Amino acid sequence: MTDVIAPPGTHEPAEVHLPPEAPGNGHEPHGGHEDHGPTGILKWLTSTDHKVIGLSYMITAVAIFYLSGIMALFMRLQLASPHSSLLTFSQFNALFTMHGALMLYLFAGPFAFGGLANYIVPLQVGAPDMAYPRLNALSYWLYLSGSITMLMGFFVAGGAAQFGWVAYAPLSSATSSPGAGPDLFLMGIALTGFSAIFTAVNLCGTIFYLRAPGMTMFRMPIFTWNMLVTGILILIAFPVLTAAVVMLFCDRHFNTHIYTAAGCHLVNGLPMRSCGSPLLWQNLFWFFGHPEVYILALPFFGIVTEILPVFSKKPVFGYKGMVFATMAIAALSTGVWAHHMFTTGAVLLPFFSFLSLLIAVPTGIKFFNWIGTMWHGQLTFTTPMLFSVGFLFAFLMGGVTGIMLASPPIDFATHDTYFVVAHFHQVLFGTAVFAGFAGLYYWYPKMFGRMLRESLGKWHFWLMFIGFWVTFMPQYVVGLLGMPRRVASYPSNLGWQSYNIVSTVGAFIIAISFAFLLVNFVVSWRKPIPAGDNPWDGHTLEWFTTSPPPHHNYTHLPPIRSERPTWDANHPDALTVPHGKGAHSNGKANGKVTASV
Amino acid sequence: MRVEALFLLFLGAFFGIVGLVYWFWSYEDGGSMMLLGVTLLGFLPGLYYFFWHQRFHGRKYFFWGKIPAVGDRPSDREDAEMAEGAGNIDSFPGSSIWPFVMGMGAFLTVLALIFGVWLIFLGVPLILTALTGVTAESRRGGQV
Repeated sequence: MTDVIAPPGTHEPAEVHLPPEAPGNGHEPHGGHEDHGPTGILKWLTSTDHKVIGLSYMITAVAIFYLSGIMALFMRLQLASPHSSLLTFSQFNALFTMHGALMLYLFAGPFAFGGLANYIVPLQVGAPDMAYPRLNALSYWLYLSGSITMLMGFFVAGGAAQFGWVAYAPLSSATSSPGAGPDLFLMGIALTGFSAIFTAVNLCGTIFYLRAPGMTMFRMPIFTWNMLVTGILILIAFPVLTAAVVMLFCDRHFNTHIYTAAGCHLVNGLPMRSCGSPLLWQNLFWFFGHPEVYILALPFFGIVTEILPVFSKKPVFGYKGMVFATMAIAALSTGVWAHHMFTTGAVLLPFFSFLSLLIAVPTGIKFFNWIGTMWHGQLTFTTPMLFSVGFLFAFLMGGVTGIMLASPPIDFATHDTYFVVAHFHQVLFGTAVFAGFAGLYYWYPKMFGRMLRESLGKWHFWLMFIGFWVTFMPQYVVGLLGMPRRVASYPSNLGWQSYNIVSTVGAFIIAISFAFLLVNFVVSWRKPIPAGDNPWDGHTLEWFTTSPPPHHNYTHLPPIRSERPTWDANHPDALTVPHGKGAHSNGKANGKVTASV
Repeated sequence: MRVEALFLLFLGAFFGIVGLVYWFWSYEDGGSMMLLGVTLLGFLPGLYYFFWHQRFHGRKYFFWGKIPAVGDRPSDREDAEMAEGAGNIDSFPGSSIWPFVMGMGAFLTVLALIFGVWLIFLGVPLILTALTGVTAESRRGGQV
């Protein structure tokens, strides 16, 4: 039946309920959303609960991540020797195309805004569910069917698409890339594109309309803020991609010539205005593609901004600065799409170079605030904290080389070399994987009511951290030596092999580290350590409810008087910095206020 | 609503300025059109939220008349109490099979573009059935 939901806490408005257990002492995990509606397979098919859908997203995305990682290992094995015959050229082309597409379209984004955001955002704003639960479920089914569509390419005649995840025209035309594999690739993107758009609408609707009383915009957790900005970015970028892909499909099958110059003629010595152009694809694709980088990064910035304060025992440093920096990054990132096209010679270099360099300013503000949050804090290096600090180092390196690439002369020299490959892997691995695992270790106790093992988590982190640097640093060097990307073999007399061997060793270290995560899941499942409701002494609202949360999330909510309502409720004697007039109305002490209880 | 409105209006204004600079500097059609689209994406919902913010405060907004001032929503006020959110928030379906049916319909319809039109005869009926089902579900207020 449809549930009509009254706001949590309305039955006992004057009473504030503290969590039943003190932080950390835990109690037995109990079924939250399992006790409502259908059970078993029917539950997963029919549920409109944001938590079930979020978990579905995360499980699917992690499975795709492992699959895509295996593809990367095959490519690294191929490149460990100059003329390896492990893979044919076409197999190699298919693998780098699908590795990129799976990681970017089907893992990093859906894991963040489909999985974590779906699960966490309604909890953080005190909402019973996402604003449009059935649209939310439809988003997941479109994502799953899009993923299956893309992967089906491996099983059709001609194999999967081989034109790179960017599908540049005219390489992606029916003449250059015939067969069903490229079509499945494009239609897979279209399905997941619609899924992303629906999820973004849902996130924005939830944040704008379902916040609890007192949860003003500037009291929202930074993760929720980042997801809102990510949602807006998705609404800017994904419709362009989806439309561009549909037009490419029309070029392939309905002779439309949108991305080809066939049939064009000159008017007064210039191409006719209505002429098709391969560069139009690049413009449309990168108008999606560069915001996409931040669609993949901002959620993970949000995760780290949640974790650092909790394990530093401090509020986040520069809350509003963080919010405005997020907005600035998002706004600037939408205006820099053509910095991926510098070498085409058909873009306005100073405009795109200046805006690209400008992104360093708000990103620097974020780094300053992250360091400020940890500064003089009581740091505890749990697994989520380790992954967050690892993210800071990894992303910093990727960001600095990004500033280098924003300069056209450097970009001309390094375009399509392994320098660029190293740069974007450090950016995306640093965010989606380091910060993604930070979020997974941080919120796993909330999702399942049981802890992951710290010792296994630390093995996972340190092996991955070492493997990360061993894999990607040599790629900068070999890129500067001139090794182009997307090649399955290379001359043996150019001194590239030793760097490639080191890089391959690093990739296998990373792969071994991921095995520790799987072992950790199994151990946690077979020998559960109950997490309790708030094992980390978390600050935000999701730590106020049970682990896992019940259907519709809350039976009651604490008063919301700062951006740390759960911490306020759990530390009634602690002094907190006031936030707005609502805070001042709840007990005063020398200009500061006690948390309201 | 004020912060939401300002957030979106800022988005529109920023891209309006960037779009103008880009157009007069490059005269490039594709990028300029996309920046215009983003400008509208900011202004359209931003003006909608601004409209409701004005009405909540009893102010006249262009040719729409005044309504009694009800003030900010509890979620927009820092001193709001939980009790102020009393009443129904919304209706949330407990579970529904129709999103799954619609997703499978979309999947088969897309495959029809690649493997053969005959799959449309499976995909489109599923989509239509799901649309009917979800509409009836909403009207009846429960599972259908």
